[in-house]
Amino acid sequence: MQRNPQLNAHGELQHLLSIEGLPREVLVQILDTAESFVGVTEREVKKVPLLRGKSVFNLFFEPSTRTRTTFEIAAKRLSADVINLNIALSSQTKGESLLDTVANLSAMQADIFVVRHNSSGAPYLIARNVKPHEHVVNAGDGRHAHPTQGLLDLYTIRHYKKEFTRLTVAIVGDILHSRVARSLIHGLTTLGAPEVRVIGPQTLLPSGVEALGVRVFHDMRAGLKDCDVIVMLRLQNERMDGTLLPSAQEFFKHYGLTGAKLSLAKPDAIVMHPGPMNRGVEIDSTVADGPHAVILPQVTFGIAVRMAVMSIVAGN
Amino acid sequence: MKLPEAEQLCAQLVGELKARIGPQTAMIGLYTGGAWLAERLHAMLRLPEPLGLMDIAFYRDDYHARGLHHDPKRTKIPFDINGRDLLLVDDVLYTGRTVRAAMNELFDYGRPASISLVVLADRGGRQLPICAQHCGARVEVPSGMRLRLKRDAGDRLTLALEPERAA
Repeated sequence: MQRNPQLNAHGELQHLLSIEGLPREVLVQILDTAESFVGVTEREVKKVPLLRGKSVFNLFFEPSTRTRTTFEIAAKRLSADVINLNIALSSQTKGESLLDTVANLSAMQADIFVVRHNSSGAPYLIARNVKPHEHVVNAGDGRHAHPTQGLLDLYTIRHYKKEFTRLTVAIVGDILHSRVARSLIHGLTTLGAPEVRVIGPQTLLPSGVEALGVRVFHDMRAGLKDCDVIVMLRLQNERMDGTLLPSAQEFFKHYGLTGAKLSLAKPDAIVMHPGPMNRGVEIDSTVADGPHAVILPQVTFGIAVRMAVMSIVAGN
Repeated sequence: MKLPEAEQLCAQLVGELKARIGPQTAMIGLYTGGAWLAERLHAMLRLPEPLGLMDIAFYRDDYHARGLHHDPKRTKIPFDINGRDLLLVDDVLYTGRTVRAAMNELFDYGRPASISLVVLADRGGRQLPICAQHCGARVEVPSGMRLRLKRDAGDRLTLALEPERAA
């Protein structure tokens, strides 16, 4: 049997590539460690010395502001040195291969590579080719996975709902293009959430999505009924070729989260969104800014979760 | 080998610390054993400030060798430490490395006026220039063994010897 490429011989997390296949204990360790880091981020001195002398390379082959920034803040709060590479503007355009880029950075004494790439599997390729002391953290690869976003979603849900074993969670919108949805579904099922629903038009649901252990709804009103957690996804215009949806207005009418639709969920339901939000497309402003929304706390928790991931992998 | 009674050592430490309590005194316990001891001392001394609890996992000096192996607890210091006379409480003083890490973490919270170290037992073996200002007892510990504070369901504290965990 092939070993999980994310774990070392002792079963410890060496790279974070995907939530899929990670044992429950590892997920819980990350969430518990993140909780301690939330304490650090609330202090006046928001830094600990764990990664002093280590170098974190942010390799973003695809544009990102929030994820790159929160990784940078997280690494700096661990006292690491952070180097941001905007690859779209650099060597790759001159024809250098992915592994050559990584080998060059490795020669500059890298310790952690944070990788975002538009090709699914690129972080796996890098992880297979790095030295034993180097670690890879997937910051989003193609449509495949975005594990730190999934983890910060799990952290947020645990923060507000305490445990997973009684929750009904609905993930709404463009599941087809969403690596966030995939990572979150794997995490929720591993941590024992009894009901995960995906809600969206047929054209935006991957075929065979039921195999992930979710219930599929095309009618948002039916799907939101009695939910504890609602995760709205961004309509990914840049990944669409124009044939999947009639219009953004039409989408909002059926799958946009409004106050009226939110009232079908439990009265204490929380509303999450990985950002960036398209107000008036997948979510109404009154909901996005309303009392159920925990969208900005998600961003804050994201820093602590990324601190936890980097400090765990770099120590293993 | 007979170990001293932890409950007796607690009472002895309380007697010793009473004379030290001033208007700026506050207490911080180190997880896990030190936190149990601090909870006990804090209640017996009736200190006005709430108890602080610290996990020094993010300040350990063996992270590069051992990684973050356990799940760290969240440090909670519910008072401003600036200008305080701190009583830093741990169960067993050995190499001094935990105390070094704790002092580093404390200074990320502010600048206390003073820090005194309170321990239930000192087993010697120091690797750093650190000593306890208040120590319940000196205890000889055979090599390969580890001295630990335990707390039972009735909150009774006892000292126990157990084999060192394999690194």
